[in-house]
Amino acid sequence: MKQIAILSGKGGTGKTTITASIAMLLGDCVLADCDVDAPDLHLIIKPDVLEEEPFSGLKLAHIDERTCTRCGACRDACAFGAISDDIKLDPMSCEGCSVCRLVCPVGAITMSPRDSGQLFVSRTRAGTMVHALLNIAEEASGKLVSKVREKARRICEKEGKAYVVIDGPPGVGCPVIATLGGVDLVLLVTEPTVSGIHDMDRMVATARFFDIPVAVCINKHDVVPENTAKLEKYCKGNGIDVVGKIPHDPEVVRSMVDGKTVVETSDGPASKAIKEMVPRLVKALDGRGGEHRSGTKER
Amino acid sequence: MISVASGKGGTGKTLVAVNLALSIGKAQLLDCDVEEPNSHLFLDIKETTVRDVTIQIPRIDKSKCDWCKKCAEFCEFNALAVFSDDVMVFEELCHGCGGCSMVCPKGAISYVPRHLGTVLFSKGEGGLEHVRGVLDIGEPKATPVVKAVKASASKDVPVIIDVSPGAGCPVVESLRDVDYCVLVTEPTPFGIHDLRIAMALCRALRLDFGVVVNKDGIGNDEVDRLCKAESVPILMRIPFDLEITRTSAMGKPLVKAIPRWTEDFRRMFEDIRKRVGDAK
Repeated sequence: MKQIAILSGKGGTGKTTITASIAMLLGDCVLADCDVDAPDLHLIIKPDVLEEEPFSGLKLAHIDERTCTRCGACRDACAFGAISDDIKLDPMSCEGCSVCRLVCPVGAITMSPRDSGQLFVSRTRAGTMVHALLNIAEEASGKLVSKVREKARRICEKEGKAYVVIDGPPGVGCPVIATLGGVDLVLLVTEPTVSGIHDMDRMVATARFFDIPVAVCINKHDVVPENTAKLEKYCKGNGIDVVGKIPHDPEVVRSMVDGKTVVETSDGPASKAIKEMVPRLVKALDGRGGEHRSGTKER
Repeated sequence: MISVASGKGGTGKTLVAVNLALSIGKAQLLDCDVEEPNSHLFLDIKETTVRDVTIQIPRIDKSKCDWCKKCAEFCEFNALAVFSDDVMVFEELCHGCGGCSMVCPKGAISYVPRHLGTVLFSKGEGGLEHVRGVLDIGEPKATPVVKAVKASASKDVPVIIDVSPGAGCPVVESLRDVDYCVLVTEPTPFGIHDLRIAMALCRALRLDFGVVVNKDGIGNDEVDRLCKAESVPILMRIPFDLEITRTSAMGKPLVKAIPRWTEDFRRMFEDIRKRVGDAK
């Protein structure tokens, strides 16, 4: 089993479109949507949900107003400013550390698990898919990403599939780090803009920090050729393979509106470029050899 | 204080935030997308000062520790592991709550700062103040860096906040205590799906919001129908135009490339100011 994470640093470069297309073309895979705060993969993969389980992230403090003497000890001890001067809890600030319960002299505070979201296992035309939805204003997206990853890995082993294809979140912080743990290759989808260049550099540094190889795909490469040249130069200088260059193609949005992947609906330039990229990706993945490094730097 | 958010990435948050700030003139732009800050790439600014962002993490005095495990049992984040004659601190898991030292019966735990990121202060043309947070590479915890950027918000001039994509903890922190939220979307299924999430987040935070439709003309008309059905104002439309895409791609603000846009952004700012004023 090999795991590939599609990441970008910058948002909106085409991760989800490319993830779905890769999965359709690979076939022999399990899909994981790790963009748990704003998941979109299901919009073009149309999953039939088979299993659903609740996810509980951080705990939540509860202050019993009848027992509370308004002494303020909890407010003073809270490192997150989650308790107001009139001793009311702000659930969005509470990180569930239990310090308030510890310092409360009258035992007015209890900690309970909170309903933070759902985890789904679904059947799709591209294979089994594990996805999730974090509830509005819930934290702990990194923890939910780890759950999605763990479940996808187990299903992949059980089904004897060759790949786990992971649609990653934007950024380089907590949910991205949870997405990176133990993957075999990052496919970094970038675009030829100043922001794309800047964010790629931070994403490459993050992948290297966790010792994970990177391959690059330049999306909409023909929109600003001079920036594409800069991206290619950067990749060359850093020993990174550019495995795909996808041109701007209105068919991409059209297929999204139809709820499909561009490789299913079109033979246009974007679809062709993705079809040419996938064998190179497979080579990059399988060529690295070695067994899956389980649990390295997982969190 | 106005936040510019979106849910989906790449819809044009930075485009709107930068051009809005430039059109106002004397304003402060806070880049709270600390994982991938980009607004500085569009501005001619000079850095003035740099501040470090840290959290307090435990340090164990092993000569005092008797390996009782109370700290590890208390820690909700599994940031401490106690063995028969050693303790390990998993720094990146620690939230800095301070609980471990409170439960330690031997007083063996003190705190040391752990570096999470930096805040950079800059000045630009026309009295523009720019503050951006930058999360350290490999560091998961973005929220304290967002907090540090927001702590430098000006009380004297309009503050525009460039928010990260998504709807997770750093976004919640960026939207907290602001007067208005501009949600930038694109008229595609991904755009509208994530717009709904962002709208729900604004409602949960009891924050008034309006929508900017970027790349107008691609996709379908579902954003318009949603905004109409839910009485959400559409504050501005930016057409899909490869020329606009190219100027942005080269790091040139729209109002510099096509100056007539200054008027549109100014009008949007006045519109928002009126909405905030009316609400109060």
